[in-house]
Amino acid sequence: MLHLFRRSLLSMIGLVLILFLIIVALFAPLIASEHPSYVEVQTEQGTTRVEERWEIHFDRKLQSPSLQHLFGTDDYGRDIFSMIVYGSQTSLRICLMVVIISTLAGIILGGLAGYFGGVIDEVLMRITDVFLAIPYLILALAVAAALGRSIDHIMEAMIITWWPSYARLFRGQVLAIREQQYVEAARSVGASNSRILFRHILPNSIAPLIVEITLDLGAVLLVAAGLSFIGLGASPGTAEWGLMISEGRTLMFHAWWYVTFPGLAILFVVLGFNLLGDGLRDVTDPKLRR
Amino acid sequence: MDEPLIDASHLKAYFPVKKGMFSSTKDYVKAVDDVSIQIRKGETFGLVGESGCGKTTLGRVLIHLLPPTSGTLVFMGSNLSEISKHELRMLRPHMQIVFQDPSSSLNPRMTIKQILSEPLRINKRYKGEAVTTKVLDLLKTVGLDKQHLYRFPHEFSGGQKQRIGVARALALNPDFIVLDEPTSSLDVSVQAQILNLLKDLQKQFNLTYLFITHDLSVIKFISDRVAVMYAGKIVEYANTVDLFRDPLHPYTKALLAAIPIPDPRLRSKHIPLKGEVPSLITPPAGCRFHPRCPVATEACAKIEPHMKEIYKDHFVSCF
Repeated sequence: MLHLFRRSLLSMIGLVLILFLIIVALFAPLIASEHPSYVEVQTEQGTTRVEERWEIHFDRKLQSPSLQHLFGTDDYGRDIFSMIVYGSQTSLRICLMVVIISTLAGIILGGLAGYFGGVIDEVLMRITDVFLAIPYLILALAVAAALGRSIDHIMEAMIITWWPSYARLFRGQVLAIREQQYVEAARSVGASNSRILFRHILPNSIAPLIVEITLDLGAVLLVAAGLSFIGLGASPGTAEWGLMISEGRTLMFHAWWYVTFPGLAILFVVLGFNLLGDGLRDVTDPKLRR
Repeated sequence: MDEPLIDASHLKAYFPVKKGMFSSTKDYVKAVDDVSIQIRKGETFGLVGESGCGKTTLGRVLIHLLPPTSGTLVFMGSNLSEISKHELRMLRPHMQIVFQDPSSSLNPRMTIKQILSEPLRINKRYKGEAVTTKVLDLLKTVGLDKQHLYRFPHEFSGGQKQRIGVARALALNPDFIVLDEPTSSLDVSVQAQILNLLKDLQKQFNLTYLFITHDLSVIKFISDRVAVMYAGKIVEYANTVDLFRDPLHPYTKALLAAIPIPDPRLRSKHIPLKGEVPSLITPPAGCRFHPRCPVATEACAKIEPHMKEIYKDHFVSCF
């Protein structure tokens, strides 16, 4: 598998970019020069929660990139490089949570619908249609209005609107694989439904889904950043790339670094996921194997 | 005569066709319509017919991979539509199938060892090391060996894949194997190898075959008795020798006349058939063959002929 991957320069670039993102996110405290300090915040319900807060240094606000502050500082004097490094954690968390939960829902519901067909298929697919009809932007707006702006709420809204497309895709795959003769052969030797599903259908129908997931990771990041940009996502003060661009956009002509570096971070990560997805699509094509 | 291994009477397999959301009447594809046959222990029963006449469906029904819509199917003395799920599971190993397309009948993500050990593990016939021994044994029976054990299906040729398909069918020591056009996707030279292999295996393991094909020369070579199927029904069945020497049904006559004779000096007395295979949703009234039959009378369009035994063991449904 890997030797095929190595043949394509672009997919290798994608893989390297994504590995780099993961390393940065994992070792953020070691890489960043500044740490967000954690403060306890009283919520309206009277409980406390821990929030990341960046210290404010007005004495060094809006400094251009230098050796001390690689990507410059923002209007509160925070180090943009450190914010981007910590922002990678937020980004990765959103992408993985949304995609993993949506995928699980999609595989379970799409798999059941495709394998058993009939009434089960009808019911599950109509439920899927209902969810497919919800526009993510409207739902995100509604959730933010009702529950307050937070990354968690954005994630919930995205999961709700994201899984139906996976359920659809996976159902279609299962429908095609179900008719293969090896499935019939397994049935004729007495294999149980669960064995047929997990040993025969799942391994043969998962490949297109994996490709779709990888390509979607970039899309999720873009949507999340976009929602933060328009003020629905991360609460002010957190290290989130979309929010940083939003906050920096009024200062674009005074401090180009404020919007440029978070923008580049988004660009490279989305590019990385897309290249990786394209590479995976080529590799999972069985005709390319040996 | 020995008792039949399979005794099917009035088998029907209908598939509903949706017309539309608001229509209350449903149409059915009558793939198998009122078929009664007996298959005797140890014989090779050939089933011929053109594409889409329902012969594959009949094969699936006979090993209960598809439960029949109605009719009774008695296999080794037990009525398959009456016994419990558990009992059916116990009978499954006795009836196996070899598919037409060897490349889609093997899971592309499993090694040959996994493919062949799956039936053994499911039915808990063998454990641990014994599984490997049995798999090697199976490979040897079909003419492959242990260097093939850890390869994937796409690394094999069509003939080799078909051998693996046969080995899988043999894994559970079945009594009855449905061979669903096992040679039609293979080269002629490979066809002969597989046919000979199947013949040898039949002798070795005392197997009963249902051989489904559209290739009359293959049928003539391998089967003891032949049934000719047309539009969901059996129109004639007899010993192979009798059927080829003295076909009674006009459809059988036309089929046999269409066999090419490998001698240019012998003029073939080809009987051209007009029209197409009728739709299985709305088959013609009366005899299903009457619109294409060269000797059809008016009565043929109205009354459906029944199976009659013209000579001993030679049945035909024609007037």
